[in-house]
Amino acid sequence: MLRDTWVLFRHGVSVTLQQKVGIAFGVIQPLLFLVLFGPIFATIGTWETLVPGLIVQLGLMSTGMAGFGVVFEKRLGVLERMRVTPASRLALLLGRVLNNVVTLIVQTLLLLAVAFAFGLRAPAPGLAAGFVLIVVLGAGLAALSYAVALSLNEQLFAPVMSTAVVPLVLLSGAFLPMSMAPGWLDAISHISPFRYVLEAMRDLFQGRYATGTVGAGVAVTAVFAVVCLTIGTRVFNREQA
Amino acid sequence: MIKTSGLSKTFDGGVEAVRSVDLSVEPGQIVGFLGPNGAGKTTTMRMLTTLLRPTAGTATVAGHDLIGAAKEVRRHIGYVAQGSGMPPVTPVKGELELQGLLYGLSRREVAARTAEVLARLELTGLETTFPAALSGGQRRRFDIAFALLHEPALLFLDEPTTGLDPQSRANLWDHIRSLRAEKGMTVFLTTHYLDEADALCDRLLIIDHGRIVAEGAPAELKSGGRTLDDVFLDITGRSLREENALSGQGA
Repeated sequence: MLRDTWVLFRHGVSVTLQQKVGIAFGVIQPLLFLVLFGPIFATIGTWETLVPGLIVQLGLMSTGMAGFGVVFEKRLGVLERMRVTPASRLALLLGRVLNNVVTLIVQTLLLLAVAFAFGLRAPAPGLAAGFVLIVVLGAGLAALSYAVALSLNEQLFAPVMSTAVVPLVLLSGAFLPMSMAPGWLDAISHISPFRYVLEAMRDLFQGRYATGTVGAGVAVTAVFAVVCLTIGTRVFNREQA
Repeated sequence: MIKTSGLSKTFDGGVEAVRSVDLSVEPGQIVGFLGPNGAGKTTTMRMLTTLLRPTAGTATVAGHDLIGAAKEVRRHIGYVAQGSGMPPVTPVKGELELQGLLYGLSRREVAARTAEVLARLELTGLETTFPAALSGGQRRRFDIAFALLHEPALLFLDEPTTGLDPQSRANLWDHIRSLRAEKGMTVFLTTHYLDEADALCDRLLIIDHGRIVAEGAPAELKSGGRTLDDVFLDITGRSLREENALSGQGA
């Protein structure tokens, strides 16, 4: 299974690299927010508060839309062509997820580099920990995205996912912290798992490691990833996926 | 090479697509699987290729139990679906390599097998192009190439020549015949075309309403000076020629 995952990952990376534009496109929206909204935000808050929000937005848009590729692969019969080989079905999922995670890593590094140029100053351990959080979250999101893509009618995937991403980004408090929100909105936002991840990342970027917020963020990220990968595995193992 | 007993598939919602099919295919045969649209051809084939789980019955495919040893079955069969399994915008070469590796071959083996299979199917040199630039016949031969990399003993073809011009169809028939003659491969194919069934197949199985309703060599089925279309009409109450004309596929 590991070999098949690796084989599919390598292939996915080579295809992704042929379409470098795709990687850049995924990171354009968060970069626009960084450049055109960041300087305004910086007058009332700090870059260390904003940038984690943009990273979560990037994660949601980049890996959340990962399933789009498999919609095409299913329609074209590519997925079925692979499903008649002895390769494990879990590997067919994990190889794809790994490719999405690597794309997300490149995009996040790009975003962080620009953020540093604008004035982000976060301690290295905090950056590294935040990075791990977004990578694990992204792996879960990609798996979930594949599961949704294979379960929904193919025409529905793009509109449903691109609409779902907007409230998830807003409710995570990506642009303005939820502490500024009225009570009812703050209450709703607690449903979104991304809020906990984001708040943990903000603490980490400010050098606060042993806080309850960080603990909650790590726990939510881990549970989210496990649940999503389980769902993804189930769907990939299902006969008609 | 294939032996099924009571093989059935009832879909969620109660549609009985395949009802207790017993069929057997001997090694080295080219067997045609015919039936009107919706008769259960593709469902049967998808069960035999491990893509669908039967709701009842048992089967041995390429020497292995279909249910208990699906992975072993996959190792020994090749399957070409109705649609092309090639992404249009990536060169075929990379996809072929991926397919070979997923079949468990080493990179060196993949290179050797790819060269051999492409030469056999007269595709050498075309592997660096994009599928979008290939002709219908070339695309179909590439689809078959994907299914031959691991040298399967048994090849499943789902409507291999649908949509091809007469020349490409005849060319594909020659390739299928030579796979059997030179490699001893067993071929199980569905088709809409009675002339194809007649010219290419050693044995025919006719399925209707999820049941095998007739089987035999084309000559046996045609005994008494009837055409295959007469036979088909008698058995299924439908003319395949008319169906093909209706669905715009020609016969």
